[in-house]
Parts: sequence; structure tokens; C-alpha cells
Amino acid sequence: MATAIDPTVGGLPLPGGPAPARTGVLARVRGIRPAVALSVLFLAIIAIAALVPSLLTKGNPLAVNLGHSLQSPSLEFPFGTDQSGRSVYTRVIYGARESVLIGLGATAVGLGLAALLGVAAGLGGKWVDGAINRLLEVLFSFPGLLLALFLVAIFGSGVSTQIIAVGVASAPGYARMIRGQVLQVKGADYVIASRALGHKPSRTLFKNILPNAFRPLVVLATLGVGQSIVWASALSFLGLGVAPPKPEWGAMLDAGKDYIQTAWWLELFPGAAIVAFTLAASCLGRYLQRRIEGETF
Amino acid sequence: MSTPQPAAAGAPLLEVEDLKVGFGPRGHVNEVVHGISFAVESGKCLAIVGESGSGKTVTARTLVGLTGERSQVEAGKLDLGGRSLLGLSGRRWREVRGAEIGFVLQDALVSLDPLRKVGQEIAEPLRIHGWGERSGRRQRVIDLLTEVGVPEPELRARQLPHELSGGLRQRALIAAAIALDPSLLIADEPTTALDVTVQAQILELLQRTKERGRGLILISHDLAVVSRLADHVAVMRLGEIVEQGPVEQILRSPRHRYTRALLDAVPAAHSKGTRLAPRVAGAYIPAGDPQVPTVAGRAPIITAENLVKSFRGPDGTSRTAVDHVSLEIRPGETLGIVGESGSGKTTTARIILALIDPDGGNVTLRGKAWTTLKEKDRRQRRRRVSVVYQDPLSSFDPRWTVRRIVDDAIAEEDYRGKEARLGRVRELLGHVGIGPDLLDRRPLQLSGGQRQRVAIARALAPQPELIVCDEPVSALDVSIQAQVLDLLADLQSELKVAYLFISHDLGVIYHVSDCVLVMKDGRVVESGSAEQIFNSPQAEYTQKLLAALPRLDRTEPERKAVPA
Repeated sequence: MATAIDPTVGGLPLPGGPAPARTGVLARVRGIRPAVALSVLFLAIIAIAALVPSLLTKGNPLAVNLGHSLQSPSLEFPFGTDQSGRSVYTRVIYGARESVLIGLGATAVGLGLAALLGVAAGLGGKWVDGAINRLLEVLFSFPGLLLALFLVAIFGSGVSTQIIAVGVASAPGYARMIRGQVLQVKGADYVIASRALGHKPSRTLFKNILPNAFRPLVVLATLGVGQSIVWASALSFLGLGVAPPKPEWGAMLDAGKDYIQTAWWLELFPGAAIVAFTLAASCLGRYLQRRIEGETF
Repeated sequence: MSTPQPAAAGAPLLEVEDLKVGFGPRGHVNEVVHGISFAVESGKCLAIVGESGSGKTVTARTLVGLTGERSQVEAGKLDLGGRSLLGLSGRRWREVRGAEIGFVLQDALVSLDPLRKVGQEIAEPLRIHGWGERSGRRQRVIDLLTEVGVPEPELRARQLPHELSGGLRQRALIAAAIALDPSLLIADEPTTALDVTVQAQILELLQRTKERGRGLILISHDLAVVSRLADHVAVMRLGEIVEQGPVEQILRSPRHRYTRALLDAVPAAHSKGTRLAPRVAGAYIPAGDPQVPTVAGRAPIITAENLVKSFRGPDGTSRTAVDHVSLEIRPGETLGIVGESGSGKTTTARIILALIDPDGGNVTLRGKAWTTLKEKDRRQRRRRVSVVYQDPLSSFDPRWTVRRIVDDAIAEEDYRGKEARLGRVRELLGHVGIGPDLLDRRPLQLSGGQRQRVAIARALAPQPELIVCDEPVSALDVSIQAQVLDLLADLQSELKVAYLFISHDLGVIYHVSDCVLVMKDGRVVESGSAEQIFNSPQAEYTQKLLAALPRLDRTEPERKAVPA
């Protein structure tokens, strides 16, 4: 009479009827989607370009050949050439190392600094929170570029300064967000539940508060890599970053801006490289987040 | 303003035949309402009762044409006052809604525009349907608010929804729905989430609407609530009406098994010491005596004396949430705390859990200091008292699987090694009827009942002497609630664990408790054994609460049951 139904599922047994269907389970797509596959492929190419650029191009990124200057894309020069006759393709490939380094480095510096400040503000109590908040407001009130210029003035120009400058300039935004997250997670029921179970505060901090507070940052950070490259290019433009002949995507954008009306390829290809890299990184970031943590929200 | 002509005597106001509602693109329609028929007469109330997923809300929305673009509605007949509502255009529906059919939504807080004054909200249907002049409308709003029993209507009309209490918001919503005096009023769970005394007032208000000769459709999951108001009841399950008839017949001699199960699932006086849900295959069956052992006289686990706690409000004034509350919880016993929202019951529980410090008084655990301890010294002993929260979902780390949630609560020194711990997790989940197939699920992938079972497994993991249950079943359907209450009773008889059970639901409290505290405004107004409190309440407030409690009158002999 009583049909055997899953006791854990809602609803009362109905004679002869099927058990009530309560499918709260989100259908998870196990197969890798094409977008993710493309992202992985593209990032692999960028990785090769950054590590062993000679595998992807036979050319020399610094070889000047004025006879070939400002040629549009062709079989010989797939991305065209710049005003000095250098192959844009070769320079984009060789530029990957510096650009990726700046993007990842600056994001890491920014997030690291922000994590320190944000977590301290979120957990430190009224005085620490107040002090850090004022500091963040001061940092916010400077335009990022001005702050970067200030740092360059102190440390001198170069890639590492660029990384630190962009990192510091992006930190206040992340720090605010982390602080908000920590405050929110700190008051969450599951943190109270952890306390009620008698867990030490350090355990609750590392197992519940921090992982949950940093969750939304995974995607944000992947987007931040692209943003950092763009910011770094502004510094390069001012001559405070990568020195001119050296290839770097941001610097290439700036170098090509004088010819934008006649030689669109000077802007398009380095720009596309930045956009594609950002897209691929965030696409993969989201995918990894889903795979590792599941669809929890 | 035109009211539809009253239908000819005897003819129902609303007639629905073979109504089918589905969602999705043509050809792939997922049907959720499978050909139901019912009718409502003027001056009568039809109650549609069912649990979540039964299709009752979809049915209600169909009657006001609010099922959305992706829906497919088919019916043999869908007539209001003799005119068909089938295939109305969006514009025609807007003329019908408000003017001919009033609709009261479930949650007054989210249904009212937070940035609009209450008066404007109520005036909106009047304005849209071109009722009178601006000044006349203003007067009508005041009249309506007075009619639904809102005190100080002029003041209330100028306030924003968040400035009103839940009961007043629900009244404002009803005022908006009856603004144009529609001939049919549909109320979708109008009293869910309201305190029992406020609920009684809202039901009274709906009763008056009915007495004015308007038709009423009441959608609810709660048979006890509808039994006060309804003339007819339709019981819905999985998109079908399994049984419908006059209210006496449904309550006294239900013919369908599901109706009987629903009625049995309601915890109340009659159900004490019995099971609420039919035993299901595979569920945990306790060994030994199913009766709760009487353990009076044994040393109490928790003794709380003169607890006082006040909070500072946003305006700087101090509000006493808990005012000289004393209580005792003995091993294997259930102490119930009942009270309306804001009565201080949850604050009391949190003091007993030592999650907040009292301003005055203290709690001892097994005769030793508890609330006065430093957190560091208390941590070791916290495992003797665990807790089940009202909203299990938010009490779980959203990233964690069921396995990790339960594992996290098992003491390190009790079970060492991956295998031993996993074995213990399985054992605990077995106690609460959760199979190993759910080990790797995350909280969001579980049903409401499953979540509360996992929460109970987690509470059992530290092998506590006392489990504080803070409204553990108030978010659950009545049949799931019945299963969870049965589970708690089984665990108590098996493990001899004590409960501090907090609820706003008197029926639930009576069902589970040995002793009861009734709280109001932070004070204990009455305490005693459950029988004493419910059969001979002394305090006026307790009497009022009990009077407001909707009861299922299933045995009253004076009205003749309709023969089956």
C-alpha cells in the first residue's frame, strides 16, 4: 500500500501514486564547454609566447627595417608592421611576457595588499577599522595615475615599479570589497554555528570566514589582470614603464596611437591581445570556481 | 466604477472547469496544473489547500492573468460573473484586475513598493481605474484604511511600508485589493509569517469581506487557518485537486488518504505522544520505548536565573529584550518557549547558548558556571549544548558538502582517521534518515526537509545533552514538519537528549513539550506543564493566544457531518 518513497524527500506517500518529484538539484554540466576549451587553448598559446616566444615566431621583435614600415597585414607580416618596419605579430608575441607579468604581478600586489587591509579592517574592531577606512579614503582620493607617478618618483621607472604602482593603485577598491565581505560573512549564521560548536576563532577564520569572503574575488581578480595591463600601458605612455623599443602590449598601443588613422593594425592587434587575454582568464576563472566549489549560489 | 452584474441567483460567481496551466515553449510545455475544476459563489469562501509545489499559487495567479508570458493556460470554462476570462488581452486583464478581482499577495513586505507611501500604494488601483478625483481618492484611501482596521489612518497613509508592522502591512495590502470593491477577492497565504493574534485579526477582516457578499478564494498550506473561514475546501496535490467539498466534510470525514495525512500531520493537543507522519520505508526506527521517559527530579542540565538583556535601538533608546527570565531544563526533557515575534524567546536561547552575554542573571551548565566563563574556557564545554536553527540553509557554509558539514561538528578527539570519521558521518546521517547518496551534495541542492535533517545530524554530532531548537520547523510544509517533529521525538527517546524548543506555533509547542514557558515582551507570563498551560491557562495573555489559535475542529459533534 504505502509506496516506498525516499523518506528524505518531502510529501506524503500516496497510494499507487509516484513519489513527489522535488528536484532541487541543479543540473551540472560535466562536459567542458567550447568557450572554456578555447580559453585554455588561447592561454596556452600566451604561456608559450611568454616563456619561449621563438617557438611561435622566427622574427626579431627589435629588428628595424625601414623599408617595410607601416605595411598593412599580409602573408609575410600577418599583423602588419609598425613605423620602424618591425613585425607587429612578432612584437605581440614577444610582448606577452612583460604584459602578462605586469598584469598578474600588479593584480597579485593589489589583492595581497587589499587582503591584508580588508581582513584587518573587517576583523580588527572599531579602531583598526576606522584607521584603515581613513587610509583607504585617502588612497581613493588620489587618481590612480597620480599615485603611480608618486611611486615612480620614489622608486624610479621600470617594470617592477610599474607592477607595484598599478598594484597599489588598485588595492583600495579590492580592500573595500574584502572588508565588506568579511563583515558580512563574519555575521553569517554558519559562522555563529561554528562558534556554537566550540571551534577556535582561528579555525572559523580560516575554514569559514576567509574562503567565503574571498569567493567573489576569484572572478574579479581575473578581470583585474586585464585592467592592470591597461593601466600599466598608461604608465608606459608617460615613459615611466617599459622602455620604448621593448615590446609590451600597453606600450605598443601607445606607440601606435599617432598612426591610428592610417595604420589601424598597430592598435587592433595589441588591443585584441589584451581583450582576449582578459576574456580567456575570466572565462577560465569562472569555470574553475564552478568546478571546485560547485553551484552554491 | 462598474461592478460586474451579480450572477443570477444560484449561479456561481466564478466557474472554473478543466483548468490546465503549463510553462515553457509550445511542444515542450511542463504542465503544473492538470485539469482542475472548482466554483466560488458570492458570499462564500473557497479554500485551496496544498503544500509547496502543489500548484495552488499558480492556480491563483491564473485567475488574475498573471502567469507570465511563457505560460500556457487552457480551460473548458473560466467564467467570472457569466463572462469568460479565457484569452483576455493584457489590457482587458488590467481592467479586470483590481476592479473585478482583487488579489492579495503573500508577503506584504516585498509586495509593497518600499519607496512609495502606503497611501499612494492603495490609491494606485483607484487612479488606474479612473476612480473619482484626486481629493476624493485621498478620502477613499483613509476610509479603506479605517475599514481594514488600521489605527491612525491619516498617519499610516503617509508612511513607508517598512515603518509599518507586518500585520499593518498585510492590512494595507488588503485595503489596496478591496479598494474598488471587487466581487471576488483572492488571498494567497495572507497570514503566513504573521503572529497568531495578528493572523486572527486578518482572518476576521477577510470574514467581513465575505459577509459583504463578495466571493473569496483563500490559498493556504494550513488547514487549521482555512477551517475558520472556508465554506468549501479543495485539497491540491501535484497539480490536481485530490478532494473537494464542504469544509465539515473535508475536516471530519476526509475521503482521500492525502487529506487524512495532511490533517494528521497538524500538531496539536490531540496529537501529543503520537506520530504525525506515516512511517516511511527506510526511515530510522528507534529501539525501545517510544514514550518520552519522565525524568523529573534529576539534576537540571541548564539553570538560568533572572536573565536580563537589553539592546540599544537605532534611535538610542534601550529596549529590554529579556526581562528577568528564569528556567530549568532537565535531562531527556523538552522545554518549550512560545511567544510572538519580539517576545524575547530567541534572545533567551542565545543567552543559554552563550552566544550573547546577559546584562544580568546567569546560566549554569550542570551546576557549573557557564555564561560567566571566558570564551576560551567555555569552548571545551560547548559541545554539550548544540543548536538547530530556523533557516538551515544559512547555517551551513554554502561551499561545504553534507559530509563536510557533519564532519566539522565531530570532535577531533572522538574520531580519528578519515575512515572512522566518515563512518561516524554516515551513522549520524543514518539517524536522521539521510542516505549516503547525499554525502556530496551541497546545501543548495537539498530540499527544505533534507536540510533540516542534516542540521539535526550536525547538532547530534558533538553528542550533546541539550539541543536548542530555534523555530526548527516553521519554514517547512506541514507534512515535512510532521516528519521532522517525529524524528526529533525518536531521537529523544533513543538518545535521551533534552530539547529547548522555541516556536511561535502553539500547536507545535504543545505537541513536543513537557514544560512550557509563555513569553511576551521579554517576560515570562506563564509557565508550567504543557497540559496545565493548554488546558487551564491562568494568564490572560495565554488565554488570548489560545483563543486566537486556529484549531482543526474535527471531533465537534454538534454540526452533523455530511455523509460520505
